[in-house]
Amino acid sequence: MEVEILARSQFAFTIAFHYIYPPLSIGLGLIMVIMEGLYLKTGNKIYEKMARFWTRIFALTFGIGVATGIVMEFEFGTNWATYSRFVGDVFGSALAAEGIFAFALESGFLGILLFGWNRVSKKVHFIATLGVWLGSMFSAVWIVVANSWQQTPAGYHIVGTGLSARAEITDFWAMVFNPSSVDRLLHVWVGAILSGAFLVLSVHAYYLIRNRYVELSKKAFKIALVVAAVFSFSQLLTGHKAAVGVAENQPAKLAAFEGHFDSLAVADMYLFGWIDRERQKVTGPKIKGGLSFLTTWDFEKPLKGLNYFPENERPPQVNAVFQFYHLMIIIGMTMIGLTLLACWLWWRKKLFHYKWLMWLFVFAVFLPQIANQVGWFAAEMGRQPWVVYGLLRTSDAFSKAVKANQIVFSLIMFAFIYVLLFALFIYLLDRKIKHGPYEEDEEEDRSLQHEIDEVLEHR
Amino acid sequence: MKMFMGIDYPTLWFLVVGALFSGYAILDGFDLGAGAWHLFFRKEESRRIALNAIGPVWDGNEVWLVIGGGALFAGFPVFYASLFSAMYIPFMLFLAFLIFRAVSIEFRSKEPMLWWRKMWDVCYSTSSAMLAFLLGIVLGNILQGIAIDKDFEFVGNWLEFLNPYAIMVGLTSLSLFMVHGAIYLAMKTEGRLFVRITVLLRRAILVFVGIFLLTTVYTLLYIPHLSDHLLNNPVLFLVPFLAFLSIANIPRLVSKSKYRQAFMFSALTMSLMLILVAIELYPVLLISTINPAYNLTIYNSVSSVKALQTMLIIVLIGAPLVGFYTLFVYRTFRGKVKLDDTSY
Ligand code: HDD
Ligand code: HEM
Ligand code: HEM
Repeated sequence: MEVEILARSQFAFTIAFHYIYPPLSIGLGLIMVIMEGLYLKTGNKIYEKMARFWTRIFALTFGIGVATGIVMEFEFGTNWATYSRFVGDVFGSALAAEGIFAFALESGFLGILLFGWNRVSKKVHFIATLGVWLGSMFSAVWIVVANSWQQTPAGYHIVGTGLSARAEITDFWAMVFNPSSVDRLLHVWVGAILSGAFLVLSVHAYYLIRNRYVELSKKAFKIALVVAAVFSFSQLLTGHKAAVGVAENQPAKLAAFEGHFDSLAVADMYLFGWIDRERQKVTGPKIKGGLSFLTTWDFEKPLKGLNYFPENERPPQVNAVFQFYHLMIIIGMTMIGLTLLACWLWWRKKLFHYKWLMWLFVFAVFLPQIANQVGWFAAEMGRQPWVVYGLLRTSDAFSKAVKANQIVFSLIMFAFIYVLLFALFIYLLDRKIKHGPYEEDEEEDRSLQHEIDEVLEHR
Repeated sequence: MKMFMGIDYPTLWFLVVGALFSGYAILDGFDLGAGAWHLFFRKEESRRIALNAIGPVWDGNEVWLVIGGGALFAGFPVFYASLFSAMYIPFMLFLAFLIFRAVSIEFRSKEPMLWWRKMWDVCYSTSSAMLAFLLGIVLGNILQGIAIDKDFEFVGNWLEFLNPYAIMVGLTSLSLFMVHGAIYLAMKTEGRLFVRITVLLRRAILVFVGIFLLTTVYTLLYIPHLSDHLLNNPVLFLVPFLAFLSIANIPRLVSKSKYRQAFMFSALTMSLMLILVAIELYPVLLISTINPAYNLTIYNSVSSVKALQTMLIIVLIGAPLVGFYTLFVYRTFRGKVKLDDTSY
């Protein structure tokens, strides 16, 4: 039990930390592609400056994304040995494909993206940027496919029994296109793009408030605003699709999302609320029959509630799942509202008239980040007590060879390293933002000699 | 059992994994090795040049680790699970150093203060060296065998990974990586730094040969199961013999300033060493010191033929692509290092 809790905490902590960065890389990738595309098309140097600036920030998020991602890959073997033996046959091919198609594409072109500005033509550079972005989108494909297979297994059969039972693949494409993978992939992609777009909005809004790089920032802000508005709205659609899928494939999870206990009854939808698990009661403003309506277009249709399922097949932490899920949706709605408001002001030609609006965007950077995190927490905790839905319990999946003290050691180690990493990330991000897209008196970047002098001075 | 061109699938996948890991050793080997040398260079400019020699490629090299790990997980999930959970502490340390290294490369040039740069230099160099060493530690344990029970779970003490043999293999791999890294740096540098590196390289080769001989003797004396295959099939002695020739060739090429060829030969040495390991083990992957019946072999830890076939297709499509952009990147950044505004 102790080992299980520790292993779960470690996985949750390390994946949550990892998941701060990939969405930023994926989202910034798209924005950089657009900026460089505009540069290619118009030849306006201002787009090149923007793209170069965001490349430098991208390097930071990407670097941390890679370092923390390798941790995830190893952790399957170190902490979830039984799980790894169980899923290896099915899941391994997704990971291997990810490595070969996606990571190699990303990392191959990354060198050119970061260091190639003066070495390759702008067309080749654009292609490299595109390659890195596509690579990061692909890498989301495989990992989300693998995770979706865990949620809704398909295209396999079970070989062996007990501890040595394993899932073996029977149909590769059925595994890849398992019932939830497409919906969830779209949802994850859009969530990632939103976190990149809101970072760009935030930084340029800040410049505009401070009256720096005004012309460049206005242009960049508008690019990111279009992306953010389009994708905020799409996220509602992909989220809805995902919810309908959950209703079909993981009814116990859906019941936990909305705190729907009755074993078979019309299900309500809450705007927010609190669950009393003992008394099986949810307090909060609700739309009667809302959940039934959203998943079946019928307010009267009864849905399976938590009590429909045996005690040991229900997610144990209903209230937490409920809260995470609702927070995600509230944030989604807020983002739609915020971007619509900004677009409306833009249309009225007043986008940059209000300081408060810019301040809102400075802080809005946290919205997609939080939504991404709580979205995963809802999806993964709602899957409990299964690690592979209906097939393997989380309580059976961890490594039997690893003792609690070892995990305590690694947990402390990761806590220490990640806190340090996060502090450095914030520090460098802040510095890059302060430094800005170009020297304000328009001098070129510092030369090597200049930098060496500086080092000598600090002796 | 299903065959592909006369080879059974588990063996085929064993070869694929082996090829991936030797690709990893050759590529990340030189940048880890270069990193291990870092503190031997005193001047700021030398350090920056050495760092930028690997700057655009180290991340791509590390991808081989990701792919190799994925291929292991996919092809031999039982082995992957047993090894990784048994070697918990070394792998966790490995991850920590991997992170520290990536971070120091990214961060050292971001501030001009001397203490800042010195701190990251130390961090970068020690983590590079420790990574090379830990890879050897894990390999040493695989070669020697560990306490695996009938459920393929490790039941030994968690500190057992730190044994004399593993440490010797660790030092062997560290010194080999350092030779490899020095040759790479020699190719990428000029002037005083270049001269300094060639001096270091000569010494490193001597150290490596010494450690390697010691490890070999130890193996022959104390770990007899490793030489079985060679003794039963003397033709296989060709492999260590070639490895030896290939090492011996390096100082000769170095003294003639043929660094590119020397690099090829140190790459060859690395693959030959891994081929040697593969020959010694095959078809076993992980020896159980409790009972040979519990050995993990390529047959009892392998995925289904269906999965292997799928992945083979993936590899056949993917490998040429990877090769293509790897070449493209190395071509773009070929030649001696010149620092510019995009450098570290
Ligand atoms: C939606 C996207 C997404 C999700 C859910 C995850 N990752 Fe991730 N991961 C990426 C998207 C990504 C990325 C954008 O592709 C990264 C970030 C920066 C980078 O280099 O690639 C990455 C890096 C990255 C790396 C380093 C690759 C390299 O060397 O380039 C590994 C090994 C993993 N991840 C593995 C995982 C595992 C095992 C996960 C789940 C348990 C996981 N990632 C969740
Ligand atoms: C694909 C392979 C994955 C596996 C094997 C896996 C497995 C697990 C396991 C075993 C836990 C601990 C169980 C628990 O504490 O409830 C967990 C929790 C979690 N996972 Fe996943 N997961 C995977 C993918 C992902 C991905 C891609 C993400 C998002 C980036 C993610 C996000 C989370 C989060 C946020 C938690 C914490 C929830 C919690 O503690 O309950 N997981 N996962
Ligand atoms: C606006 C309304 C939204 C709805 C109706 C919605 C719906 C859902 C549902 C039903 C799931 C669970 C899927 C599953 O367990 O299989 C989910 C998960 C998730 N959501 Fe949302 N979501 C919304 C907004 C957002 C926003 C704005 C973001 C981020 C910017 C986001 C990020 C995520 C993530 C990362 C996951 C976990 C991955 C997954 O399971 O697909 N969601 N969402």
